[in-house]
Amino acid sequence: MSALRLEAVERTFGGVRAVDGASFAVGPGEVHGLIGPNGAGKTSVLNLVSGLLAPTAGRILLEGRPVHGLPPHRVAALGVARTFQNIRLFPELSARDNVVVGQHLRRRGASLAARLLALPSSRAEERAAREAAGALLGRVGLSERADEEARHLSYGEQRRVEIARALASDPRLLLLDEPTAGMNPGEVGAVATLIRGAAEGGRSVLLVEHNVRLVMEVCDRITVLDFGKVIAEGAPAEVARDPAVVAAYLGATP
Amino acid sequence: MGEALAGFWDTYQSTVGYVGLNALLALSVYTSLSCGQLALGSSGFAALGAYAAALLTVQAHWPFPLVLLVALILPAAVAVPLGLPALRLHGVFLAIATIAFGEVVRIGLVNWDYVHGAQGIVAIPQEASVWMIWLALLLALLLLSRLRGSRWGFALEAVREDEPAARTLGIATTRYKLAMLVAGAALAGLAGALEAHFTFMVAPSGFTFGRVVEMLVFAVVGGTQRAWGPVLGAAFLTVLPEALREVAPRVGLEPGPLRLMVNGLVLLAVILFLPAGLASLPQRLRERRAAGRGA
Repeated sequence: MSALRLEAVERTFGGVRAVDGASFAVGPGEVHGLIGPNGAGKTSVLNLVSGLLAPTAGRILLEGRPVHGLPPHRVAALGVARTFQNIRLFPELSARDNVVVGQHLRRRGASLAARLLALPSSRAEERAAREAAGALLGRVGLSERADEEARHLSYGEQRRVEIARALASDPRLLLLDEPTAGMNPGEVGAVATLIRGAAEGGRSVLLVEHNVRLVMEVCDRITVLDFGKVIAEGAPAEVARDPAVVAAYLGATP
Repeated sequence: MGEALAGFWDTYQSTVGYVGLNALLALSVYTSLSCGQLALGSSGFAALGAYAAALLTVQAHWPFPLVLLVALILPAAVAVPLGLPALRLHGVFLAIATIAFGEVVRIGLVNWDYVHGAQGIVAIPQEASVWMIWLALLLALLLLSRLRGSRWGFALEAVREDEPAARTLGIATTRYKLAMLVAGAALAGLAGALEAHFTFMVAPSGFTFGRVVEMLVFAVVGGTQRAWGPVLGAAFLTVLPEALREVAPRVGLEPGPLRLMVNGLVLLAVILFLPAGLASLPQRLRERRAAGRGA
């Protein structure tokens, strides 16, 4: 069964069809690229999958379960986490605390009553949460910056904290919206490794990215959107040769 | 020495009581502010608590602890059906909706003959004492500050900083916003009941729009980063008029207008120079000293 399946999904904004009957599927453990020219509807697709937008038509299935129309926190509870194109960290919280917030769904054992009564069990649970957050920051190479407020971090560092925050819930499906925008080549390489690592253990990744080299390198399959429609799909090498894709990117007339 | 202290206490014990009451009311606005919501229904919730408590004491002669419990629960129960639709609103629209709630309660009381309309209920037995007020305040402060650093506390901070992002992390934001509105309503109701039994009377004129603005000013002046900020703000702005009472005749002004002027100036100064409130002063001074050493 597909980790994620979109069936004829449509979303209009007034008269604009941002997503126009898009259908594609992401397999379990697959890194799936979603590419297309500016305004093709890639971010709208991520907003639809994560529940920030509801589709005007069509179905979105998560491991066979319909999720379209569910609020974002319910979608998250079913195992979806994401990052944002225009980084949305909690600016006043430290990098570590941002990641601790990301663990919200996993910390069911943290009872409010125990906390209010200052029981030792709650203190131990909180220490474990902070340590797990620190370990995740280590995984994205930010151990030394853990206690810095998010707003003081560089652009590339903020993007990596956001990935760590998304991984903190141990999602089944990770949605990444241009994770390397504004990064230098060294950082891009680190993110490529991170994305491959994130997909280990059966987790699926849906990656929206403009850096074509990165997409070709890390993705198992690629879907190409243009004007909200799927114009090509397949393995990276196939997609790169597809005349429709070349036309969409370079504006050539067929 | 002991005599002087006793004299001081006689003169100022009501001020100490008011500091505690105002601090509770400031906390009732802070609860929603802590998750980024400007909800200004506290005067209405305080009125519900005060009137319910006054009636239960005067008419039904209930024991005081039970009266306080009702004053805690009744406004909290009202906050749920109010908050479910109102918390869909954001920013100034939520503020307007909750102010409207407070005004509905106040105008309702003015027009309710059973509670003597604008005149209010008088001759309420003085059941509340300074220590009770401060015990309630310390408990509220303890519970609210314990939230910090917990899963709950982090969820509240996430809602405050970026609500859509918080939702994508699985945080049921409406539930947290509602819980904090309900907690604020309970605190306001408790403060209202204590005040009614501290000043022997309740009247609708004590629960105006101006009153809830005052609570908001306490919270903002003290700072809303930590729970003790609003307490500090309430203490500062409640004690200040006492000092001004001495100064007023010397500068040739009535104490009332002088107090309003100074309150306004304090608020302006805090917003301009100390936006995180008085509570952030020690940290600011430390940072400045560190910067001075670095230079």
